[in-house]
Formats: sequence, C-alpha cells, structure tokens
Amino acid sequence: MQLTEKHREYWNKNLTITAILLAIWFVVTFVEGWYARELNQFTFLGFPFGFYMSAQGSLIVYVVLIWFYALYMNKMDRVYDVHEGEDD
Amino acid sequence: MATVSQSTFNQQLKRYYSIYTGGFVGFIIVLGIAEQMGLSNRWIGYCFLFATILLYAVIGITSRTAEVSEYYVAGRRVPAFFNGMATGADWMSAASFIGMAGTLYLSGFDGLAFVMGWTGGYVLVALFLAPYLRKFGQFTIPDFLGARYGGNIVRSIGVVSAIVCSFVYVVAQIYGVGLITSRFTGLEFGVGVFVGLAGILVCSFLGGMKAVTWTQVAQYIILIVAYMIPVVWLSAKHTGNPIPQIAYGQALQKVTEREKQLTADPKEKEVRDILKARADAATAGLKDPNKAYTEGRAAAEKRVADLKASQAPADQIGAAETALAAYPKDVEAAKNQWNKDKGLAARAAPPRPHAEPFPGKDEAARNTARLNFLGIVFCMMIGTAALPHILMRYYTTPSVRDARLSVGWSLFFIFLLYFTAPALAVLAKYDVYHFLVGSKFAELPAWAANWARVDPALLSITDLNKDGIVQLAEIVLGGDIIVLATPEIAGLPYVISGLVAAGGLAAALSTADGLLLTIANALSHDLYYKMINPNAPTKARLAVAKGLLLVVAIVAAYVTSLKPGDILFLVGAAFSLAASSFFPALVLGVFWKRATKWGAISGMLAGLGVCVYYMVMTYPFFRTMFNITVPIADVQWFGMNPISAGVFGVPVGFAAIVIVSLLTPAPEKEVQDLVDHVRYPVLAGDIDTRAT
Repeated sequence: MQLTEKHREYWNKNLTITAILLAIWFVVTFVEGWYARELNQFTFLGFPFGFYMSAQGSLIVYVVLIWFYALYMNKMDRVYDVHEGEDD
Repeated sequence: MATVSQSTFNQQLKRYYSIYTGGFVGFIIVLGIAEQMGLSNRWIGYCFLFATILLYAVIGITSRTAEVSEYYVAGRRVPAFFNGMATGADWMSAASFIGMAGTLYLSGFDGLAFVMGWTGGYVLVALFLAPYLRKFGQFTIPDFLGARYGGNIVRSIGVVSAIVCSFVYVVAQIYGVGLITSRFTGLEFGVGVFVGLAGILVCSFLGGMKAVTWTQVAQYIILIVAYMIPVVWLSAKHTGNPIPQIAYGQALQKVTEREKQLTADPKEKEVRDILKARADAATAGLKDPNKAYTEGRAAAEKRVADLKASQAPADQIGAAETALAAYPKDVEAAKNQWNKDKGLAARAAPPRPHAEPFPGKDEAARNTARLNFLGIVFCMMIGTAALPHILMRYYTTPSVRDARLSVGWSLFFIFLLYFTAPALAVLAKYDVYHFLVGSKFAELPAWAANWARVDPALLSITDLNKDGIVQLAEIVLGGDIIVLATPEIAGLPYVISGLVAAGGLAAALSTADGLLLTIANALSHDLYYKMINPNAPTKARLAVAKGLLLVVAIVAAYVTSLKPGDILFLVGAAFSLAASSFFPALVLGVFWKRATKWGAISGMLAGLGVCVYYMVMTYPFFRTMFNITVPIADVQWFGMNPISAGVFGVPVGFAAIVIVSLLTPAPEKEVQDLVDHVRYPVLAGDIDTRAT
C-alpha cells in the first residue's frame, strides 16, 4: 500500500476542514455558552439572543456543519480519486 | 432481499415506510372516531400498547436472519436516510422524550446544556469517527480498539467499558417502559417491565441489528409524530402560530413579564413566607430535636387548653385540636417531618427567570453555575461521540460516503425533537403561569384537577394561605408531566394522550434495543468469538449471541424491578464514563499513527480512573456507600458537579495516551497501514478489514 503525494494532500485537506469546522463548533458551543449572559442583552426574533443560540441557533449550526462536511468530503473523494463505487 | 441492488432496495424501503406511516395515521384516526363513540381511555391505552408492540414484533420476525453480518451490522446496506432515523430512535431515550421538556421547564436556561450537549456531540461523531469506523467495517467498537492497538488487553477494557455504560443506561430505559405502561394501562409496574421486556426481545432476538434497525425506523416515525402533534396544537392555541419553534419567542416574553409580576405579587409573597417559616422552623427543630419536640407539643396542647378556657368559638378550638392531633407522634416522626420541611426553602424562592443564564445569589455562584453548564455540555458531547450503541450504527451503511451523510440525517432527525423541547417547555409554562395560577381551587383547569388526583408526585397543589386561589408557590410539579399532560393542556382528545404514551414507549424500547444488542454483542463477538473460540462456526456464534441477548435482557429487567434509585444520575454518569474511556483512544487511533498499545491502555484506564474517583468522592450516593467523610467542598475541583466528571477524565485520558505512547516504541508497519486504510475510503492495493 503506497501513499502518493495526492493522498497526502487529500488527508491534509481533510485535516484542514476538520479543524475549521471544529473551531466553529467550539465558538457556537463554548464561547457562546460562556457569554450567554451578555448575549441575552440583544433580542433576536423576539428571543433574548443568548437563550436563542443555546436553544436553537447552535443546533442549526451543528446540522449545517455536519452536512457541509459530508458533502465537501464526498466531493473530495472524487477529486482525489479515492471514492467508492456506486453500489459497494 | 439479498439479491436486489441498493437503489431498488432504497425504493422499496421508501414505499414500505410511506405505507406504514399512512397506516399509522389511519390507525390514530380510527381510534379517535372510536373514542367519540365511547371507547374508554383504558382501552385506548391498551390499543396503543398492544398494536405498537405487535407491529414491532412483525417487523422483528420478518427480519430474522441466519447470517452473521446481517445479525451484527444489518448486512451493511442501510441507506443514509434510514440509518439517520434509526440512529435518532436509538439515541432518543425515555429521558429525551418525556423528561427533556420537563427539565427545561424546571431549570430554564440551564437545562439547555443537555439540548446542546446531545446534539453538538454529533459534530464530533461526523468529524472524528463515523467515516473511519465505516471504512474499518467490523462489528463492534472493541473490534476497532483491538485491531488498532493490538492484543486482547485493549479489547477487554473496551468490552468492560461498553458493558458498564450500556447496562446503566438500559436499566433506565426498561424503567421508563415500566412507568409508561403502568401509567397508561393501569397494569402494575412489575408487569409493565415484563411487557416492555417482551417488546424489546421481539425486536432484536431473531434478527439482531437487522431487525433492530428496521424497528427503530418505525419507532422513530411514531415518536416524532407523537411529540409534534400536541406541541403544534398548543402553539396554535396560545400564539395563533402553528410553528412552535418560531412562535415561542412571543410566549417567552410574556412568561418573563409574568415572572416579574409573580415575584412582586403580595399573595405570592405571603405563600413564600409561609413556606420559609416552615423551613426555618424545621431547621431550628433539627438542631435540638428532643427539646423542640417537647416544646412544640406543649405549645399545641396549651393552645387548645387556652382556647377552651377563654370559651373561644368552636371552629377555632376545632382547628387547634386538629393541629394537636396532626402533631408528630414521637421525636423520630418529628425529625422525618422536619427533614422534609427543610426542603421547602427551595419553594420559598421567587420564580426562577426562565431565559436567564446561570442565575445565582452572587458573582461566585454565577461563575460556578456557568462552569457547570459548560461542563455538562462538554461531557454530554464527548459522551455522545463515545457511546458504543450509537457508534456501531455507522457500521451499517453501504459506504463511507453514506456514513458521512448518515450522521447528517441522524442529527437532523434528532434536532427535530430537541429544538422543539425548549418551545414546549415555554408554552407549558405560559399556560401554567397564566391560567393555572390565579384560578380558583373550586374550579381548577380540567387537566390540573385530573393529574393532581391521579398522581400527586407529578402535580400537587395545596392552598397554603387559604385564600381559595392558586398561587404559583403552591404548585409542586414533576418534570415528566409537561410532556404527558400537554395533549390535555392543549385540549386534545384522549387518543392523543395515548399516542404520546406510544411515542414514549417507542423512544424507550428503541434505545433499550440498541443498548442490549451492544452488551450482548460485546460478550458474544468480542469475548466469545474473538477471545475464547475464534474457530466457532456461524451457527454457534449466532446461537451464543441470541442466548446472551436473552440473558442480558432478563438480568436488566430483574435489576430494573428492584427500582434502584438515582437512575437519572447514573445515566448522566454513563456519558462521563464513556467519554473518559473511549473518546481519546478512538480519536487518537485514527488521527495519530504514533499512538501505541500501552498508550491506549494507560489512557483508557487513567481516564476511567479519574472519572470514577471524582464521582465516588463527590456524589452523595457513593459517599455514603464508601463512607467518605471529607467535606464535599474539599474534594471538589472548580466546584464541578459529579455528573461532569468527564471534564477531568477526558483530558487525563488524552495526556496519558500521548505521554505513554511517546515513551514506548512506535507501532509496527501493519498498524500504520491500518490507520492509512481507515483514512481513505478507497486505496490502491488496500488491505481488507471487513469482518464476516
């Protein structure tokens, strides 16, 4: 099993996107949570913003993050020719 | 079915489940009509209970299998969409379905830690685990640990951790099944547990993962329909907008205004003062019980005598005599009473502002509350990404590509319920604060009168200041009532209450199925096949697997019937334990080639050790068990609650793996090849690790 330059590039891209998405995850979870009290001074759709983020906003971001990752990596699989057949 | 192509199979599944959903809706309508024609509530309960269990049994029996890979991973042909639904049902337990909205009602913002934790964890599953586990393609989580780190020690630690986490969790599910069954059919709790056990076994016994998967999809559909209907109705009723997730912002504003009114209301203050006086008297009494008891009794006797001597009106004398008669018989009884009354102090506080994060009496208390909030979020997230019964679902998709999409569908289906729960909590609070509070005791809203009569643990209202009007501080409410009573609060017919019970049952059964399978598979596959008898023929493997499933189910039901206390804590603890033992070893196994066998062994043991140590030292139940007398404050780190012990276990686990790995020789080439193998969906000249 020999890894080519292309393979390493694929893995590095994977690590980069993982790191970026993880950073967003961290912000909407822990940074948002830490400042929830302060964020509550703003109103969003009739909700105090800190409450809204913890009850709905962060959750929506999580769903988007996972879908983005899945679609992005499924595309990368094809670009770097490591994709599976249609009917494994 | 084994011969049809994946896309035909997808089409068939879609058709079957559309027909099934239509049939289920038809069933609800028929029962609704029957109710109008006079079918009793109890029979509606029976219909839902037996119809749904029969349905699961039919799916379970038609999915029976004699193939190992179908039994363990559903033949690896579950499409992403359906695996998402199955994971949703697998994930959402009785606690999510029935308990979550109640927790949010009672603890306001701080309860959102669970909402965030139990959804955000899937980001970690998607980024760090699901695609790689799918490429690895074996049967259990200990399988991966065993292959990546080599040897049976790591596998054994994995087996033990998987069993401990899952067993605690499954007991809570069977407990939930027993409760729901007994509440809605009038059967006894013990009988309810037995019915639940039957419901669980019919799904999994003959078809293993294959049967569990297809029943879980069916169960998801029931539970989501059951959760949504009452909330949508309640939202339309109170806000005029049938989309609760958008509409409850308005309701939240009104609740916040009402909280301020109720805090300032003189009648509310009067009730809170009565409660506070009782709590204070109890605290004083407990300081010197003997003296307080004698004095209290003497005072009560003197009052009767005085009133009689002064020839007071008969009703005053009568009241004083009743008070004397109600006075505890002896010092022990008085102590019990006072210990109970001491708890009233909590009710003597003004209502907790629903939307306010981390309330506390001073800055230090608020900071501790904030740390604990984030601690719970952290542990629930990492625990989500480490619970074996969830991770093993990602072995069942046809490809790595589908595994990635399937995490997306999983979270989407889970999200539907979790972002509705906060709306339900607020809408229910709106109803209680506006319509129950301020109503006359003689004419309580029908749902409140009904539940207070049926189950005082869920709702009890006492007229403490004798004004005939309900004050907020006079209401004691158990969290579970929020979901259970919503159909009645919203003014829906009883058939919807039956539907909610069926939904709760589906949530509990589906989770219990996944957990039991995890435990039984850890024993039959990892322990028996991989460690004891690697040459066992297929027939023997399946026989052992099914036999163990039966044994584990019976043991779990037996433990449940003993009604062990502290179930909720133990479920939370399962997350911290799973997080500390599995997460570091799994993630580093994929992302760090240098991680070695001894690194993993020490990391798993150290993480688990720290986690268990912290729980034993700080959780009252264990403190009494092990007779620990050091004050809690001295052993607490950063004021963290025991449920979040994983906050310490996870970093220690990571650190131990890294340090010990660097001190031991790098893993052999084969292991490094294995890591490359799981990193790329397809690799030229690849090895094949798929299990058969």
